[in-house]
Amino acid sequence: MDSAIAPYLFYLFSFVVVVSGLLVVTLRDIFHCALFLILCLFSVAGIYVLLGADFIAAVQVLLYVGAIAVLMIFAIMLTAKVSGIGIKQQNEQVPIAIITTVAFVAIALYGLGKTIWNIKTDVAIPDNTTMAIGKLLMTTYVVPFEIVSVVLLAALIGAIVIARRN
Amino acid sequence: MPDLRPMLPELFLFAWAIVVLLFGISRKERSGDSLIYLTLVGLVITGILVPIAGYGNLFGGTFVVDKFAAFFQIVFLLAAFFAVASSHELMKKLSADRGEFFALILLSTTGMMLLASTLELITLYVSLELTTIPLFVLAAYRKDQLGSSEAGLKYLILGAVSSAILLYGISLVYGLTGTTFLQPAMSRLIEQSVPMLLASGNVNMALVMAIVMMVAGFGFKLALVPFHMWAPDVYEGAPTPITSFLSVASKGAGVVAIARVFYTALPAFHDVHWGTLVAVLAAAAMIVGNITAVLQSNIKRMLAFSSIAHAGYVMVGFVALPQGSIVPPYGPASLLFYMMAYLFANMGAFACVIAFEKNYGSYQIKDYQGLSKNSPGLAIIMTLFLLSLAGIPPLAGFMAKYYVFLAGWQQFPWLVIVGLLTSVIALFYYANIIMQMYFSRGETSLTKAHYDRPLILTLILTAVGTVAVGIYPEPILRFATEAVKVFPF
Repeated sequence: MDSAIAPYLFYLFSFVVVVSGLLVVTLRDIFHCALFLILCLFSVAGIYVLLGADFIAAVQVLLYVGAIAVLMIFAIMLTAKVSGIGIKQQNEQVPIAIITTVAFVAIALYGLGKTIWNIKTDVAIPDNTTMAIGKLLMTTYVVPFEIVSVVLLAALIGAIVIARRN
Repeated sequence: MPDLRPMLPELFLFAWAIVVLLFGISRKERSGDSLIYLTLVGLVITGILVPIAGYGNLFGGTFVVDKFAAFFQIVFLLAAFFAVASSHELMKKLSADRGEFFALILLSTTGMMLLASTLELITLYVSLELTTIPLFVLAAYRKDQLGSSEAGLKYLILGAVSSAILLYGISLVYGLTGTTFLQPAMSRLIEQSVPMLLASGNVNMALVMAIVMMVAGFGFKLALVPFHMWAPDVYEGAPTPITSFLSVASKGAGVVAIARVFYTALPAFHDVHWGTLVAVLAAAAMIVGNITAVLQSNIKRMLAFSSIAHAGYVMVGFVALPQGSIVPPYGPASLLFYMMAYLFANMGAFACVIAFEKNYGSYQIKDYQGLSKNSPGLAIIMTLFLLSLAGIPPLAGFMAKYYVFLAGWQQFPWLVIVGLLTSVIALFYYANIIMQMYFSRGETSLTKAHYDRPLILTLILTAVGTVAVGIYPEPILRFATEAVKVFPF
């Protein structure tokens, strides 16, 4: 990545993430919300590319943008009652939520800005991260990798139990 | 190929969950009795495997079984055992999905056992998800009851939010140290924070944020005040055996996770960063939990608030790190002891609630009046558990509170005073039920209670545990003191 334009691209992607994220939780048409969620997830993939995390970026696009978002849109289209009808996403707690969010962002910006981060600049980012990630998942992190498959099994059983009609 | 023997209990329990699942699918019998016994056998075998499998460190710290892990694994297995044995009545009310019910309990227990035995943050997080995802489903298991669906949904949403907060905290720790392993993280955090403090007088703000977010994330799991809002509704709506499992095992999972992370990676920051913070939360939990419990008329809600208060007492032991001269029993050991005492008394109390519900179909405290005349056995055993929860000698709850307060007195005398005062309030609402059962003058319409066999087993074992741990606490206390020696303080 050309380092001259990288910061501008980062701000562009971040801006899109924040704006589309806000639209997801404020728009009244749930279908539009889903579309902006796709945009939001896409921009996050862009940030991953800027960070040199090519594998994570590809996974982000394939899984989140591809599978999960499409599944959501399917669910909306197949649920006759919700698509096209405006749904109020806010309740009386909006002012408290805004105050909390602003306070959290302010504290986070102040705190993280003041911290001296342990950044290493002499480490070369590998051209291809897929192999490194695959190696780690099969060696150091093999235990969490295997547990995730059990988590998926548990979620699958749970989803069937909840969804099944007696 | 590493020697996988220390992992045997978890692998066996997971395999047994699949066996129970398949057995449940293949048989459509009415009562679900054989499923209960099959699940109980699996839990007992796993319990026997824990000492046989022994201790060990696999995969460079992502899977570590030490005495601390083994202690909590036994706590989780006992809680699952009692919850499963109390499920007979629930099985009669379910029309389907009986095998899945027990399989999900076993999967959740597997998650807790893995959670107890890791020194690495990603494994910790994934195990925590394996613990909670089955619990969301189990809380919503009574599809014919709106309250149960509400409980499942509330638990799911707040569980997801708390996981997100926890992950944020974990990611900050990774950002500061460049490692997800807890032991190297400690030395790197010290290396980094001390020069900052000396040079510019600045505290490591990112570390403070990470600590606050991890305390909040684990606080949700523990139902500490102010992260307790979900607990009363979920406890009330969930099927009662699941409520008992939540109140002990899910809380225990929160305790084991926060203890692993904070004792392994952050003991050096106890004085400056997290000691007082957790102490204040513990005080809030004891005050809010106990005072709100007095106002409840539903016994499940009352026990929910009482469990919030008990989370506060547990945290008194948690913050009392030894300083200088170590005089056992000190804080971390008292934390382990408290969990064991709380396990027996709380599982027993919920088993009594299930027995009462089975016979008289009510959760209202006022309906307990006159119970001693018609079911003296149930009344006396319920009294035993309530007195233990209240902390009356010579029962287990008294020894647990005594050790926790003794450990806390050195560093946080004000916290111990809050604990003692709120214990008096607690006595009031526990004694209220005993008064209702024994000294009520009103006419009672209660008939003699009937029990099913697994429930009797639960009542007897929890009662024996409550009395035995209270009268002869030394073996458990000695093991707990040994167990916490794995931590660097």
